[in-house]
Amino acid sequence: MGYRAGDYDVIVIGAGHAGVEAALASARMGCETLLLTINLDMVAFMPCNPSVGGPAKGHVVREIDALGGEMGRNIDRTFIQMRMLNTGKGPAVHALRAQADKFLYQHTMKETIEKQERLTLRQGMVEELLVEEGVVRGVVTKTGAEYGAKAVVLTTGTYLRGKVIMGELMYESGPNNQQPSVKLSECLRSLGLQLVRFKTGTPPRVHQDTIDFSKTEIQPGDDKPKYFSYETEYLAHSENQLPCWLTYTSEETHRIINDNLHRAPMFSGAIEGTGPRYCPSIEDKIVRFADKPKHQIFLEPEGRNTKEYYVQGLSTSMPEDVQLRILRSIPGLENVDMMRTGYAIEYDAVVPTQLWPSLETKLIQNLFTAGQINGTSGYEEAAGQGIMAGINAARKVKGESPVIIDRSQGYIGVMIDDLVTKGTNEPYRLLTSRAEYRLLLRHDNADLRLTPLGYEIGLIPETRYRKFLEKKERVEAEIERLRETKFRPDEAVQSMLEACGSAPLQNTVDGVTLLRRPEVTYEMLERLSPAPVELTDEMKEQVEIQIKYSGYIEKQLLQVERLEKMEKKRIPEGIDYNIIHGLATEAKQKLAQVRPLSIGQASRISGVTPADLSILLVHLEHYNRVTAAQA
Amino acid sequence: MGMSEDTIAAVATALGEGSIAVVRVSGPEAIETVDKVFRSKSDLRSAATHTVHYGWIADPDDGRVLDEVLVTVLKGPRSFTAEDVVEVSTHGGIIAVKSVLELILRHGARMAEPGEFTKRAFLNGRIDLAQAEAVIDLIRSKSDRAFQLARKQSEGSLSKRIVPLRAQLIELLAHVEVNIDYPEHDVAEVTSGVIRDTCGTVLLQVKDLLRTAGEGKILREGITTAIVGRPNAGKSSLLNALARENKAIVTDIPGTTRDIVEETVSLGGIPLRLLDTAGIRETSDVVERIGVERSRSALGEADLILLVLNRHEPLHEDERELLMQLKDRPALVVVNKIDLPAQLEVSEIVSLYGSERIVPVSAKEGIGLDELEAAVSRMFFSGSVEASDLTYVSNSRHIAALHRAGKSLEDAIAAAGEGVPVDLIQIDISAAWEALGEILGDTAGESLLDQIFSQFCLGK
Repeated sequence: MGYRAGDYDVIVIGAGHAGVEAALASARMGCETLLLTINLDMVAFMPCNPSVGGPAKGHVVREIDALGGEMGRNIDRTFIQMRMLNTGKGPAVHALRAQADKFLYQHTMKETIEKQERLTLRQGMVEELLVEEGVVRGVVTKTGAEYGAKAVVLTTGTYLRGKVIMGELMYESGPNNQQPSVKLSECLRSLGLQLVRFKTGTPPRVHQDTIDFSKTEIQPGDDKPKYFSYETEYLAHSENQLPCWLTYTSEETHRIINDNLHRAPMFSGAIEGTGPRYCPSIEDKIVRFADKPKHQIFLEPEGRNTKEYYVQGLSTSMPEDVQLRILRSIPGLENVDMMRTGYAIEYDAVVPTQLWPSLETKLIQNLFTAGQINGTSGYEEAAGQGIMAGINAARKVKGESPVIIDRSQGYIGVMIDDLVTKGTNEPYRLLTSRAEYRLLLRHDNADLRLTPLGYEIGLIPETRYRKFLEKKERVEAEIERLRETKFRPDEAVQSMLEACGSAPLQNTVDGVTLLRRPEVTYEMLERLSPAPVELTDEMKEQVEIQIKYSGYIEKQLLQVERLEKMEKKRIPEGIDYNIIHGLATEAKQKLAQVRPLSIGQASRISGVTPADLSILLVHLEHYNRVTAAQA
Repeated sequence: MGMSEDTIAAVATALGEGSIAVVRVSGPEAIETVDKVFRSKSDLRSAATHTVHYGWIADPDDGRVLDEVLVTVLKGPRSFTAEDVVEVSTHGGIIAVKSVLELILRHGARMAEPGEFTKRAFLNGRIDLAQAEAVIDLIRSKSDRAFQLARKQSEGSLSKRIVPLRAQLIELLAHVEVNIDYPEHDVAEVTSGVIRDTCGTVLLQVKDLLRTAGEGKILREGITTAIVGRPNAGKSSLLNALARENKAIVTDIPGTTRDIVEETVSLGGIPLRLLDTAGIRETSDVVERIGVERSRSALGEADLILLVLNRHEPLHEDERELLMQLKDRPALVVVNKIDLPAQLEVSEIVSLYGSERIVPVSAKEGIGLDELEAAVSRMFFSGSVEASDLTYVSNSRHIAALHRAGKSLEDAIAAAGEGVPVDLIQIDISAAWEALGEILGDTAGESLLDQIFSQFCLGK
């Protein structure tokens, strides 16, 4: 029944958050791209929480946007609530978080894909990869369609051998009762890829009209919301946001859970996959933190045209009857109608140390993987890998070298480096604490970090790039102007300082020095000494941050600079660690498995000591000198 | 210039051998770093290459002079590492060279990794290609030895003091990180007051540890040392020999009054505070009377014990008892009177103490005192001698790490006072935590996440 259905440069398997970014990037970079998904109604579907962003995750969305990706623009168009979190903390950890209209989010993304030139969206379940001599050549679907491809990106999410678990009930399924992908998993295994079993879960959904909101606290959005995309200007739906609601578990909730632990798959042993520590189920939380009298529960609307509410904080794999009793023990939910039952899902993932930092598999050339298949969790983490896999697949097809984002350049870089260098033994979530240069990887400067790269690889159009350059130049010029501007201890300056509780000036100082005072803002200086042309709010923010935190920023830049030589010291791909005299056995094994591209990457492999690195350096020097002598 | 951006330092001469010790500094900031602590008519920064300068090493913070030195400036590429190299020749013995190194480490240099000078020399083309394997062997063996020493120390009393300090810091860090990564979670915000309190508590203890470090307790007071043995073993002649060797910094004129109970001698630069010297110098009939009893009372407070035996006589029952009693203490067996015919069966003692801890001397003839000095240095630097009731910090690397931790904690406390945002203060707290971790040989990373998820209940 097989037939030849077409040939493409790049085929992306799976149209979740990773797949859509990969496919859009590839098509926008000029590759004929096919995006295959099991169910066309599930494009960019949010099977878990209806929200995007937050600390680290929101940073990734900004980075995707700065590179020319879609997630930021799409959530801006479809949010029902927007909040800037951590505003009481430093600028590096300010984080935007949106509640999405999850249905609108999907439809808007699907439309973008349908309109994209060189991109074909098609329903079909891939069951086999065609591989010849270690190079992927195409895919075969369940319906017998055989597609040729120069590169393939796998973004299978939780579909690979997916298994849903609720109490005693267990069945093969993808998320939200979708068909699981079983044969593809078998195919990957037979090709020699090492797979692991991970687990995640989702809470139940309830009907809005059965919630007593008077027993909960309102959680509104920001009055003047900011947006994810650097391109988004004003959006009218900013004026019409929906609130979320906060309630708590009760003593009764905890009693019900404790009484039914024998029916919880987490404890009965029915679940074999490793779940994430940062995302435990409610039963897990109550067992592990038995002293905590109550846990927060956020009620989040899933969209404007639906009555469904997501019950954040109540992820569970308890049996359905227990779930209902748990829900009804929560203040405000006494009479609630449960519309969907929460569940745990197990799935196969690829051990990510099998990947190059480009996200291409080491085993099969031109095969890339991104998203949950690489052991991560979260839409943003998936999308961040998706865009990189799409970029690198397209570049591979065009014969260009891969693009790798450094740890000092973006959270995307931190995440991918962590995955391919250290691997992960639980679903990986980005946290700002994973970044060693947190102050450089700010929410506000994602464009400064990555838009030049986005332009260079062809994802940022000329007009946007020119606008970006203008912003950058004006910010720099304004910092320079402030450096040149003198503020004397005169009446105006002293009264301004007094008003904000800052010590009076003793001598004349320049604007940069004055702005470094914690109490002084750019706005105050601007009033005393206006810029020749007024800056936009975004530019003002940038001026203020760059000046105010320059001491800390420079400290981190110095660290980056110090380590840069290690990062730049390349290790030849074909190196045989086993024959390197003096390397410890553990180091040999780890290095041979990860095959780091640089000494910097090697230094982050656990089990590789400074002595091993020194020996490796001496060996490389020896190798280089011998090679040079032979040439 | 080499591929390494940073400047490294270490003692380049073997410890305990010879009276001149050299601290070698290599890297782009070698000259500048040493210049900061060098007091002289010469300005090192304008010095020509391959020149020697006379002056003093002094702490720029308090002006304290550590040693009189000769400084050699060797500019790259005409140096051992092909980088700028400065060599500081000290002559005040081991304690002086250690404090000079520590001062240099506090002013911009990093402690060299084992074999790192040689590694740099090789990477910068100063060592022949044929030597690559020898260079690797050197790095391997030095690192393995350093690792073993570190592992031994990780079970020591210093680690026991560091572990709870790190625990306090990581708990604070986890709290800060939860506030940042889970801003809506019902965990109280870390206040600047909490940061100041926790960092302040840890800082006090770090300072306390630094006070007990070599430059503090040991320099001021020396290692409390008991010389014990039977009356005719030769304790007083050993003491006199140490003094005669002109190695003594005698705190009072010995033997003139019965009130003198202790004095200090310097052995290989290590000051030994000798207990009950008056007792040792008392007339023999008194010693007869007090005998071993008196020696025993000195044992309790001693950091180091020198058990003197008379080789000219067979082992006495009292001595056998002492040998058994002191077996697991930091004790050296000084077998005296080797100028006279042997009556003592040494093999029994060797089986108890091992030959490393047995030093044959003739106090009267001044034979074997250098070996005694070397044996004391060995014990001192292997960490088997520890000052009692105080954690003794022997390793310059540890002292440098403690200084860095202290500085970071001070920065964190100051920043918290100025209202700096918590995610910026975190940078200093983390730095302190990591610096303390270097002492234990721990590395940061996943353990912070472990702490976050075990300390707080998080989830969706």
